[in-house]
Amino acid sequence: MDKMPKWADIVLIPLISLLLAAGLSALVILAIGESPIDAFTLMVQGALMRSAGWGYTLYYATNFMFTGLAVAVAFHARLFNIGGEGQAMLGGLGVAIACLYIPWPHWSLALIGASVGAAVFGALWALIPAYLQAKRGSHIVITTIMFNFIAAAVLNYVLVNMLRPVGAMDPASAKFPVSTHLPTFRDMFSTADNILFRGAPANVTFFLAVAACLAVWVLIWRTRLGYEIRALGHSESGAKYAGISPVKITVIAMLISGALAGMMSVNTTLGESERLILNSTEGAGFIGIAVALMGRSHPFGVFLAAILFGFLYQGGAELALWTNIPRELIVVIQALVILFTGALDNMVRMPLEKLFLSLRKRKA
Amino acid sequence: MDYMTFLQVLDSTVRLATPLLLACLAGLYSERAGIFDIGLEGKMLAAAFFSAAFAYTSGSVWIGLLAGIVASLILSGLHGLASITFRGNQLISGVAINFLAAGMTVLVAQSWFEQGGRTPSLSGNARFDSIELPFADALQGVPIFGPLYYELISGHSILVYAAFAMVPLTWWVLYRTRFGLRLRAVGENPAAVDTAGVSVVGLRYAAVMICGVLCGIAGAYLATALQAGFVKDMTAGRGFIALAALIFAKWRPWYALSATLLFGLLQAVALRYQSIELGGFVIPVQFMDALPYILTVVILAGFVGKAIPPRAGGEPYVKER
Repeated sequence: MDKMPKWADIVLIPLISLLLAAGLSALVILAIGESPIDAFTLMVQGALMRSAGWGYTLYYATNFMFTGLAVAVAFHARLFNIGGEGQAMLGGLGVAIACLYIPWPHWSLALIGASVGAAVFGALWALIPAYLQAKRGSHIVITTIMFNFIAAAVLNYVLVNMLRPVGAMDPASAKFPVSTHLPTFRDMFSTADNILFRGAPANVTFFLAVAACLAVWVLIWRTRLGYEIRALGHSESGAKYAGISPVKITVIAMLISGALAGMMSVNTTLGESERLILNSTEGAGFIGIAVALMGRSHPFGVFLAAILFGFLYQGGAELALWTNIPRELIVVIQALVILFTGALDNMVRMPLEKLFLSLRKRKA
Repeated sequence: MDYMTFLQVLDSTVRLATPLLLACLAGLYSERAGIFDIGLEGKMLAAAFFSAAFAYTSGSVWIGLLAGIVASLILSGLHGLASITFRGNQLISGVAINFLAAGMTVLVAQSWFEQGGRTPSLSGNARFDSIELPFADALQGVPIFGPLYYELISGHSILVYAAFAMVPLTWWVLYRTRFGLRLRAVGENPAAVDTAGVSVVGLRYAAVMICGVLCGIAGAYLATALQAGFVKDMTAGRGFIALAALIFAKWRPWYALSATLLFGLLQAVALRYQSIELGGFVIPVQFMDALPYILTVVILAGFVGKAIPPRAGGEPYVKER
């Protein structure tokens, strides 16, 4: 018997966690001598009241959708993929190689090619930790953390020694050819006399991310593979008994997870910077953890949580621009969300369960 | 490479290994008691900031050290609350603590000092001075040993000596005291400890708190001895290198010393030489940076020796009813 109705588990608990995180963040803002209400108004105005603000919000949300889905898919197999950051870095390398060495005639083909490159590189970077977890029992959290650092070193080496154009100083690749440039929201939605999304980096990759949410939903709840992933996540011995190979499913789940994390860099590398730079991921791989926890590992939840974090990110940038509150406020909010929705989940859950139990007893 | 350069590299190895060693021993206490801690980085960072901030405002490095330890202890308490009391996921709690520290330190630093997320530089009594051991000057003329004593053994801050003294102390506590036996047992089989009438929760909180104190010292060392003040993200992955060293050391104190010295040496070499040529083959500096992590993955993979973590590590203890 469930202790709580399903809606409470899906909606109420994340909502309470979010309110707790928001309340504490407001206290933090108060403590550093600013007004939380002013700060919130400024964030809303900067991120949601102008089309350019939305352009940034959705650009960040695109990143977080990919990394959030990556963490969510791994969560379903009860794997904690903390290596989204490294997988996204390597995904960026895949994008750069696909775009620099293949002459794409049209951006749509380049988008497909870059996505494949990003997914393959991201998946391969997740393969070794996956294999070590499945076959040798090395803890996936530790190996993926280590692989984040190794990825940073690899990327640094490749950019400085291989991809950097002759004579250039900064560690970045050459610009991608013009034919690969993706249409931005401004190109797509502006009319001659009404320019929307001016200067904002949101681009066609956003729709790719939404498609990825749908694809993950189909995968997890409508395919045999998804069933096997969830079965493994619920009970390894049960899955084994049903003839599911834990090794195979662990590796496949991590490959999908790595591919999704890698595809984030289509948005940043091909969509925004149009060349590979050193810090293109900007911690989005880690925000994926918060997004997946907040979204309860459901693609629709991830979609909503990604937009929320996109708003926080863009709003935070506005705050840093206009007030004395540094951008790191977002890191604090992110930490609080992870804390309440992930680690302190029981703190919210236990009293609620008691409440619902007593309500039910009274009815009976 | 002449003898003096060799000594200088070793000297900077010791300096760089010290925070790793302290954090590694911190993780050792926690993980031996069955509480995984990937929040070492965050605790060090928080301690680094608060030690620098309080040392600057009070002018006394000892008050700074105390503040650093308190800051680290608060985060440890949070980790304990999440992973012991509320039986949450210890890894997720560690991730949250890392981000909390990364964000809060800059936020508070900006609010207090308005220097873009750093503290003003420390000087005088607000820093840990290096200690000249007796006869260091007098013995300097003695060949081989003199410079060794002067350069390598003498002239570190008190925290360095304290860190090295922690190794035998940790060994003694873990393997020669009743508390240590119980601590190790609670990481292997908490149910047995509970049956024996010893509080699992109490032991685990004790371990997490010791971890907090050591992380606090490590962070204070970074900001008030190794460098003169706090800068944003100054731990730069040291907490994770310490975690790697802990696995490399197979959760044992003496091995922890050698693992952290090895990783400290890698850092010292990478700091001094941009790239190293070995028989016509150039080792890039990025490879040196990544080597601790690569070595850890190899050890974890079990191809070279096997690292077996405490058996009950990462699992919250639920008393049977």
